Amino acid sequence: MEKFTQHTGVGVPLRRSNVDTDQIIPAVYLKRVTRTGFEDALFAAWRGDPSFVLNQEAYASGSVLVAGPDFGTGSSREHAVWALKDYGFKVVISTRFADIFRGNSGKQGLLAAVASAEDIELIWKILETRPGTEITVDLEARTITCDDVVVPFQVDDYTRWRLMEGLDDIGLTLEHADEISEFEARREAWRPATLPAKHLPAVEIKAARPSGVPVEIGRRP
Amino acid sequence: MAGTLAEKVWDAHVVRHGADGAPDLLYIDLHLVHEVTSPQAFEGLRLAGRPVRRPDLTLATEDHNTPTLDIDRPIADETSRTQIQTLRNNAAEFGVRIHSLGDADQGIVHQVGPQLGLTQPGLTVVCGDSHTSTHGAFGALAFGIGTSEVEHVLATQTLPLAPFKTMAITVNGRLPEGATSKDIILAIIAKIGTGGGQGYVLEYRGEAISTLSMEARMTICNMSIEAGARAGMIAPDQTTFDYLKGRPHATEGADGDAAVEYWKTLKSDDDATFDVEVVLEAEDLEPFVTWGTNPGQGLPLSGSVPVPELIADENERVTAERAIEYMGLTPGQPLREIKVDTVFIGSCTNGRIEDLRSVAKVVAGKHKADDVRVLVVPASARVRLQAEAEGLDKIFLDFGAEWRNAGCSMCLGMNPDQLAPGERSASTSNRNFEGRQGKGGRTHLVSPLVAAATAIRGTLSSYADLGTGTPAPDGSPLSDLQTV
Repeated sequence: MEKFTQHTGVGVPLRRSNVDTDQIIPAVYLKRVTRTGFEDALFAAWRGDPSFVLNQEAYASGSVLVAGPDFGTGSSREHAVWALKDYGFKVVISTRFADIFRGNSGKQGLLAAVASAEDIELIWKILETRPGTEITVDLEARTITCDDVVVPFQVDDYTRWRLMEGLDDIGLTLEHADEISEFEARREAWRPATLPAKHLPAVEIKAARPSGVPVEIGRRP
Repeated sequence: MAGTLAEKVWDAHVVRHGADGAPDLLYIDLHLVHEVTSPQAFEGLRLAGRPVRRPDLTLATEDHNTPTLDIDRPIADETSRTQIQTLRNNAAEFGVRIHSLGDADQGIVHQVGPQLGLTQPGLTVVCGDSHTSTHGAFGALAFGIGTSEVEHVLATQTLPLAPFKTMAITVNGRLPEGATSKDIILAIIAKIGTGGGQGYVLEYRGEAISTLSMEARMTICNMSIEAGARAGMIAPDQTTFDYLKGRPHATEGADGDAAVEYWKTLKSDDDATFDVEVVLEAEDLEPFVTWGTNPGQGLPLSGSVPVPELIADENERVTAERAIEYMGLTPGQPLREIKVDTVFIGSCTNGRIEDLRSVAKVVAGKHKADDVRVLVVPASARVRLQAEAEGLDKIFLDFGAEWRNAGCSMCLGMNPDQLAPGERSASTSNRNFEGRQGKGGRTHLVSPLVAAATAIRGTLSSYADLGTGTPAPDGSPLSDLQTV
């Protein structure tokens, strides 16, 4: 994960509350097998609306999303964070985030910054008056700068430290690789292993075929 | 210090204690993988240039998307085909053992682990699937994880975890005839609610639990997640040790003796304290069915569809109204009068050989109700082979049922096995959410015995409704069926 200390980019005002993860990325996109390439899926249901904020040229290259309260509620799908990141967002600012979304963000290097409702209103006004205005988010100082406005934001110490060090959960755990190896060394040898593979003799599995009887379904709607 | 079963298994796997509220780092003994929740995890490894740390503690199989017909032909659905091919490619690239469609060891991941003897007492078992709780029946600490966590386990064989709370669920006495372990767990969920287990590891105990077979115990632990719990466990005993004996990966010889000695310590101490304790009397249980759209909306089969006006709690009333409307039922309607279109016998909850045997016993020599389709889908290819060796397939086919290849199938309808809009099923699976078995489909969760009787009569029925008295069709007492 890249280290995050400061980011400057175009601010995008999303004047909506309760943006759930189904709105961030609809379920139909979950059947994909990749972790990247979800940019087209972000806010898919809204992207068809020409007045939607990301469809306006000045905001299209945005990387700091400024949203209403209760962002990221609903399904735990990690695809919501992937879609935001793939689009190019580095920071989401809101008054309140859903727990799971905030957790997923921290794991993926997306900063979920909590600011006050008044400050967000102030930033929205600047972004709407002068579309394309850049926002600077300083994680070290925990400040958001938008034009001449400088406001504080909150993020928990543990997440801030991980983001600033560029540590993902896996990276963090691997810092303790020695302890994992020590655990493995004292782990009972008789505990089962999948390899080398053991199984009953291989047998040919016959394919079941359609019964031939037409299945009339949905008879009692 | 006195401890619960869950705490003992936890403590034995702590690689590193988290300081200052940071989570403990736990070692994972067995990581099961399937095609739906793993592709992004493997891609994450690839992007970071990381290997799978312990391929020898990892096992992949194909189950969620796999068809149950024509498995020797290319998979028709492109998305399913891609997900399965991706898993095969990833397994080859990262050196992970895989049992693919058509292989004798393919099947639902929660059947494959136990039948190979890989699921053992005292292990930590994870999988990107919420029904991983099934493996808790062996006294393992087993739970479902998300895709990031799948990647984390692949890369490190560990997981950072905040401690769980513990709940003891004691089921006293013996089950009456015709009631099964499925009825126990449906009754528990109806009692504590779909959120009742949130944040807890459940431990099931008492005479009604310890007298169950391994497979029946798996049915109970499987549905712990439907009570909102992270995991469910049952202390290992002679039944557990006997089940493992002779399985391909069973620990044997001197190691086996050492293992059994250790396994015998895996039980909650008499003076261990649980955060919550719940008690049920097995004598009170009868066949249970769900009438609504969450697994907590269940009642004894002798009951009737609830009347929302009589529900005091407003939230519950509104939920019941919506569920009754979706299900196309009438308040006050006796559950026994509900006609079904489809009977689904299968899934990681009730697709094992004992389930199939008990269904076969009830339906042998009979024919299904004319306008009902009956799908029998074994949990794994080995279960299918075993059933065929016992002649159960012929009983099902003579009955008018379809005998399919193994997989998750209609439990969640990711493959072509789905309900049509408005179609109603009696299903031995685990979730009755709106649209779970197909868009607009209506699901009643039932035990295999109720499924069998329902297939014969066409309406939700218990074995007793068949009017054949106590003896099962082959003359053996019905009590033989209670290991279900």
